[in-house]
Amino acid sequence: MLKKLLKKSSGSGRAALAPYTLWAVLFIVIPMLFIAYYAFTDNNFNFTTENITRFFTSVSSLRNEDGTVTEVHTYLLIFLRSLKLAVLSTIICLLIGYPMAYRIAHASKRAQKIMMTLIMIPMWMNFLIRTYAWMTILQDAGVLNRLLSAAGLPSIHIIGTEGAVLIGMVYDYLPYMILPIYSVMVKMDLSLLEAARDLGCGSLSVLRRVIFPLSLPGVISGITMVLIPSISTFYISQKLGNGKFFLIGDAIEGQYVANNLHFAAAMAFILMVILLFFMALVKYSTSRYLYGGEAK
Amino acid sequence: MKKTASRFLTALVYIFLFAPILILLVFSFNDSKSLSVFSGFSFRWYTELVKDRHTLEAVRNTLVLAASATVISTVMGTAAAWGIDRLRSRWYRTVVDTVTDIPMTNPDIITGISMMLMFVFVGRLFGAHSSLNFWTLLIAHVTFCLPYVILQVLPKLQQMDRALPEAAMDLGCTPLRAFLKVELPEMLPGIVTGAIMAFTLSLDDFVISYFTSGTGFQTLPIRIYSMTKKTVTPKMYALATIIFFITLTLLLISNFIESADEGNTKQKRKKSKAD
Repeated sequence: MLKKLLKKSSGSGRAALAPYTLWAVLFIVIPMLFIAYYAFTDNNFNFTTENITRFFTSVSSLRNEDGTVTEVHTYLLIFLRSLKLAVLSTIICLLIGYPMAYRIAHASKRAQKIMMTLIMIPMWMNFLIRTYAWMTILQDAGVLNRLLSAAGLPSIHIIGTEGAVLIGMVYDYLPYMILPIYSVMVKMDLSLLEAARDLGCGSLSVLRRVIFPLSLPGVISGITMVLIPSISTFYISQKLGNGKFFLIGDAIEGQYVANNLHFAAAMAFILMVILLFFMALVKYSTSRYLYGGEAK
Repeated sequence: MKKTASRFLTALVYIFLFAPILILLVFSFNDSKSLSVFSGFSFRWYTELVKDRHTLEAVRNTLVLAASATVISTVMGTAAAWGIDRLRSRWYRTVVDTVTDIPMTNPDIITGISMMLMFVFVGRLFGAHSSLNFWTLLIAHVTFCLPYVILQVLPKLQQMDRALPEAAMDLGCTPLRAFLKVELPEMLPGIVTGAIMAFTLSLDDFVISYFTSGTGFQTLPIRIYSMTKKTVTPKMYALATIIFFITLTLLLISNFIESADEGNTKQKRKKSKAD
């Protein structure tokens, strides 16, 4: 009787899952296949690898200040620039976010709640507006330069530089670094830290050998949550970079606007493959810390 | 000394996080058009905002879209979580988990492009001139909301004692009644937070909407995008201020629900201990 009932409920479980399964196949899996399909076809949907090779081989000439011309790999350069800025913003977010998360996790329960709510409030503001607000702050005649000149300091030109884009990235994605690290740290067993201290660990080695390895799952999801949107952004670079330099997101968006869907798909495909590889690398290089201890 | 330094750095981070928002709030009340010199207090930009038909329509569109996407993704996602919880086939579970992960780990630009390619392709098959409209946007929003609903509801089911619905049925409940009286109340906090998340994600989304919406149906973030392409009036700042206070209210409500939920479970635990 019970067995029959269980079997029946398992059947109803599948029935409940069916609409989502169908939806996920139609609107998650098949669209992913469409990226690959468009990436490897031309406008008449004949097979080609041209879109992919174009990404790696396309060159454009850059005019130097002294009048000479240098040939550069257009899209490779754009991609490397995106990677550089994304990695830098991730590192900065980690350097700011990790101590922040640590400090919040070690505050009183009430303070924790307030501090975390304060971290999350900016996230709830539309990111276009947040980024735009930074643009008005960093402009040559913006709030920052007005403050500087009021303090008698020389004004700085920052809008349109990589630094401005970096500020935008760190600002927009910092909460995504703090959140997961905090949620891991707050669950950490404090008696482990005490035990380490009792057994003669200094505070630095407690941090290095106990706290850091235990917080690693949070660090990894923080890195993912900052790196992925930073590497694929196009609005931040448009606004804070003054459209002076392109990131890979700008390149994809530009090809979409120009209706070159096959090349846009090819770049999206390459970005996806590289990100998958990158994530696998992060997982692999940290697995020693994550599972090694437990296995023993 | 060390403590003061750490306090100072923490304060600095908060200043960094709130400076742009503060500037935005202040300059939405500016009398002049400048975004760096405050020349006097006025509601000028708020009255101009109310007169802007395109923006108001975009607000209406965004709310309609977010409400529809929330209802669909919450119902489908809750059913899916319930189904996943009962799944005994290991490989099916792995496949579902992996696929559910895709929209959350993929960059938005890739999710957006992938759906756009499919919509355009299918549209071309049927000879449609433009294949992106409200419905494609709705499909896209439901798709990226679903994983968040599932991930909110699923833990509530896993925390639940599996014997409870069985006990209810043994005591004479029909399966439907057992579901409504036992399982649904357990899932409810997850469903509510999932729905709130879906609603705010949908309200806030720009990148995926950008690729999957046609010219006929503009949402607020897309309207903001096209407004920031030209020079902006502080009208947009007024809009941002209003959005800020609305989302703040939503955040406080969801916090309240969460703490009420925590209180409930604590009470239950106390009760069961006392029994």
